[in-house]
Amino acid sequence: MDRFLPLDYAPARWLLAATAATLAAHAIHLPPWLLAICSLLLAWRSQLPWQTRAPGHRVAILLLAVATAGGVRLHFGHFFGRDPGVALLAALLCLKVLESRSSRDIRACVLLSFFLQLGLFFYSQTPAIAALALVGSLFAIVTLTSLHDTTAPLGPRLRTGALLLAQGLPFMIALFVLFPRVQGPLWGLPADAHGGLSGLSDSMSPGSISHLSLSDEIAFRAAFRGAPPPPADRYWRGPVLTTFDGRTWRPGSYTVAPLPTYRATRPTYDYRLTLEPHGQNWLLALDYPAGIVRGARYTSDHRLLADAPIRSRSRFDLVATPSARIGLDEDPDVLAAARRLPAASNPRTRALARDFAADGASHAVILERALAHLRASRLIYTLNPPGLGADSVDEFLFDTRRGFCEHFSSAFVFLMRAADVPSRVVTGYQGGEINPVDGSLVVRQSDAHAWAEVWLAGRGWARVDPTALAAPRRIEAGLAAALPEGEPLPFMRRTQFAWLLAVRNQWEAASHAWNQWVLGYNPDRQRELLARLGFPRIDWQALIILLGAAGAGLMLLLFAWAFRQRKDADRLDRAWSAFCGKLAKRGVARQSWEGPVDYGMRAATAFPAEAADLHAIAASYARLRYGPLAQPGAVQELSRQIRRLKLQ
Amino acid sequence: MRRLATLRHRLSQWLLRAGPPEPSPIVLGQSRIFVLPTGAGVGFAGALLVMLIASINYNLGLGFALVFLLAGVAVASMVHAFRNLLDLSVRPGRAAAVFAGETAQFHLLVDNARRFRRPALKIGTPRADTPLELAADETRDVLLAVPSEQRGWMRLGRVVLETSYPLGLIRAWCVLLPDLDCLVYPAPERDAPPLPRGVQSDSGERLRRAGDEDFAGLRRHRLTDSPRHVAWKAVARGGPMLTKEFAGAEGGDVTLDWNALPEDLDVEARLSRLTAWVIAAAAAAVSFSLRLPGGRYGPDSGPAHEEACLKRLALFGLPDAPHG
Repeated sequence: MDRFLPLDYAPARWLLAATAATLAAHAIHLPPWLLAICSLLLAWRSQLPWQTRAPGHRVAILLLAVATAGGVRLHFGHFFGRDPGVALLAALLCLKVLESRSSRDIRACVLLSFFLQLGLFFYSQTPAIAALALVGSLFAIVTLTSLHDTTAPLGPRLRTGALLLAQGLPFMIALFVLFPRVQGPLWGLPADAHGGLSGLSDSMSPGSISHLSLSDEIAFRAAFRGAPPPPADRYWRGPVLTTFDGRTWRPGSYTVAPLPTYRATRPTYDYRLTLEPHGQNWLLALDYPAGIVRGARYTSDHRLLADAPIRSRSRFDLVATPSARIGLDEDPDVLAAARRLPAASNPRTRALARDFAADGASHAVILERALAHLRASRLIYTLNPPGLGADSVDEFLFDTRRGFCEHFSSAFVFLMRAADVPSRVVTGYQGGEINPVDGSLVVRQSDAHAWAEVWLAGRGWARVDPTALAAPRRIEAGLAAALPEGEPLPFMRRTQFAWLLAVRNQWEAASHAWNQWVLGYNPDRQRELLARLGFPRIDWQALIILLGAAGAGLMLLLFAWAFRQRKDADRLDRAWSAFCGKLAKRGVARQSWEGPVDYGMRAATAFPAEAADLHAIAASYARLRYGPLAQPGAVQELSRQIRRLKLQ
Repeated sequence: MRRLATLRHRLSQWLLRAGPPEPSPIVLGQSRIFVLPTGAGVGFAGALLVMLIASINYNLGLGFALVFLLAGVAVASMVHAFRNLLDLSVRPGRAAAVFAGETAQFHLLVDNARRFRRPALKIGTPRADTPLELAADETRDVLLAVPSEQRGWMRLGRVVLETSYPLGLIRAWCVLLPDLDCLVYPAPERDAPPLPRGVQSDSGERLRRAGDEDFAGLRRHRLTDSPRHVAWKAVARGGPMLTKEFAGAEGGDVTLDWNALPEDLDVEARLSRLTAWVIAAAAAAVSFSLRLPGGRYGPDSGPAHEEACLKRLALFGLPDAPHG
C-alpha cells in the first residue's frame, strides 16, 4: 500500500496552496490572533522538508492544539456555535497540515479544507465568495491528483484539475436542480447562526430609524405583476406602535387571524415579496395586504406575520389593496389604547391640542387644524436632528423644529392623542426604486420610515404622513431628494453618480437572480421551476427518477468523451496503410487477398532498386503483426523506415 | 476498510476465476474494466454526506452547490480512472527459465496506443506489483518478479492492471491472464556428489570416482561447484575464487543415469541431483548424456544440450506443453 510512503514535494505544495486559499477567504471573520497562528503554522510547514518523520514533537503539537482550543474558548466564551466552530476547524486544519506526512494525512487535510469552505458560506454567499471557494476546491483537487500522478508538470496538473471540475459542473447543476429539497433546519441552530441581521426593531425612539438611513443594504424586493403602485402608495407596513412612555413607542396588543377584517377594493396589486432575512416575524407587506397567504397570518393591526422568524431569504406571493378602508369597526379597547398618553409631559403640545379641540370640533377637523399648524411651523427634515430632552415633543415642535420621520410621526401622534383623537405610529418602509434591469422594486434600509394612522369614525384608520408636510419629496422621490443640501447620504443615493447607479442596478439585478435561483432555491422554488419545465405536481420519487435519468445522460456523455480517441487505428495499422498508400500511388496497390510478405515481394519486383527495403518492411510488419512478441520501439522503427522509403 | 478490501478480493476471485490464458494481444475493452470506490472514496462520500446535511440544516445554497460539485467531480474521476485503462494492450514478453526457488522474471509489454499519457498505473500479481507510467504512444517492457516454487511450467497467472488516478477515490482495475509461462528447472542439489565418470557398474557397487584425476586448468567459480574443487591456494593468495577443472580420463562418457542413483532417493531428490550434475557437466564442458526412465538424451555438449536436459528434468512426469 502506498498509504504511508513519504511524500514528495508536489502534493505538499498544493496542499499548502489549498489551505492558504481556504483560510484567506476566512480572514475577515477569524480572530486576528488565530489567523496569525494559522499563518505561522503554514509558514513553518512550508519551510520544512517534507519527510517521513513528524516535523515537531507529537506532544508539542498536541499542546499547541489544546492551547489554541483554550484561546478559542476564551475569545468566544463558548465552544458551540458557528464562530467558535469555524475557528476551531481552521486551527485544526493548520495543525493537521503541520503534522501531515503520509498521503492519508493529506487526504484528511483536503476533507478538512472542504469543510472549512462550507463554513465560509455561513458568513456570506456572494458570487465572489463562490469564486473563492471554487479556487480553493481546484487547489484541493489538484492536491489529490498530485498524490497519484507525481511526475506531471504544473500546467497539465492544473488542466486535469480544471477538467475534472468542468466535468463535475453538469452533475452539480443536475443535482442542484433535481435533488429533492428539504426545508431546513433539521434541528436547532446555534444562537449565532444568524448574527448581524439589520432592519427595523419593534420599538421606536429618536434615532432608531435614522441610523438605518445611511445603510444601502437591501431590505426586500418586490416584483409586481403589472405596473407597480405610484410612489405615494408605496407604504410597506412594519410594526404598529401604540404604547408611548414619553420617549419610546412600543407595539400594543393584537390578535391574529387567517384573513383580514377589511374587504379588498380596487385597484389591487399582485406582487412577489423577497425579504432579506431580518430575524423577525413581520413581513413588510405593502399596505394593505389581502387574501390568504401561505405561512403567514393577519394581525388585528393589519400587518402580516409569518409563522416563523425570517431567518433566510424568503419569498411570498402577496396582494395589496391600497385603497381599502381598514378598521371601520375597531375594538373600543384598541381605540382607548390609541388615545392614551403618559401623564404630565409636553405641556405646550397638550395646550396646542386643547386649542384645536376647544370648540368641540370633529376629529376630522382637528386633524385638518393639526396638519395646517405643522405645515405652518416650517419644520425641517434632517438626518442630524439635535438631541432632545425630557419633553421631546415640545422641544421638537416649538424649539429645535428639526427632525427625522420618527420625530414627525411621534410628535403628530402625541398631538392627536392630546386632542383625544385615536392615533398610532406605524413603522416600515416607504418608497423603493425600480431596478430597470429586471423591473423589480428594490427597497433599502435607507427607505425605513415612520408615519401615523388616525382613526376617524366612518373612515376607519387613515394614513397620515406628517413627514410629507415638511418634505413632500421624501414620499414622491425618496430620501435624497427630500434632504437639504449637504446632509450626509448613503453614497449611492447621491444623484450625481448616475453612471454608478446604472452599474449598481446591473449588479443588483444579477445578485437578485443569484439570490432567487441559487441561494433561495428551496422546495417551493424547485416545484415552481419544474412546473415551468413541464413537470407540474412532481413528488420526490419522480424527482429521483428524473435525477437518475439526467445522471445517466451525463455519464453517457462522459463515456463518449473517454471513448473519443478510440477510433484511431492502431499505430502499426497506420504505418502499414501509409506504406500501402505509397505503393498504390506508384501503381502497386495491395490486393485484398495478398499477405504482407507476398505483397512485399511483388513490390520488390516492381521496384528493384528498393527491393531490400521493401522486403525488410514487409517482413517486419508481418513479424510485428503476427509474431509472438515485439521489442518496445519496433513499431516506431518500422514507421520511420516507411517514412524514409523513397520509390524511384 | 479492511472489510471492503476483503469484499473486493472475494468479488475479484469470483468474477475472475482463472481460466485458460488469453490470446495476445490483450486489449482492455470496456467490458473487462471494473470500478469501485477505494477506502478514501468511501471516506470522501461520508464527508460529502455530512456537508450535505449541514447545507440542508442551515439552508446554505452554496453549500449544496459545493457538495454537488464535489460529487460530480468524484463521478467524473471514475470515468477518468476507466479511461486511464481503456484500450491499453498487453502482450506477453519473455520469461527466462529459472531454477526452483529463484525469482521468475516475467516480461510483459504494455502498449499505450493513444495520444495521452497514462499516469499512476500499477501492474502486478497478487504478490508483487510495480508502478507504471506510460507516455503517449509508448510501449513499456514491464518486469514482474514472482518467486518460483516447484519445477515445471510456471504460469504467470492473473495479472491485475489497476489505477486510482486521478483522485484516489475510485479504483479501476482489470484482470488479465497473459499467455506467459516460465520454465522452472528443479533446484540443483547443494553439495551434490561429484560427477559420475565412466561406465556404471551393474549392481549397487559404488561408482568409480571419476573426473577429478587429471588437472586441466582453472576457471571462474560457480555456485554449483563442489568446494573440494576450489583452488584454495589461489584464494589464499588473495586471488579470485577459481575452480580447478579436471579432464575426464575418457572424454564424452559421462552418463547421468536416473537408475544409477541410490535407491533411497525420491523422485524430486533424484531430479535435484541430476540437475546439479547437468550444470556441473556443462560447466566442465564435458560431453554427457542424460538417461531418464522416459529416454536417453545425448551424449552431447554445449548450452543447447544443457538446456534440453534441464528442460527434460523440469518436465519429468509432467506434460510438455505449458498448458493443455
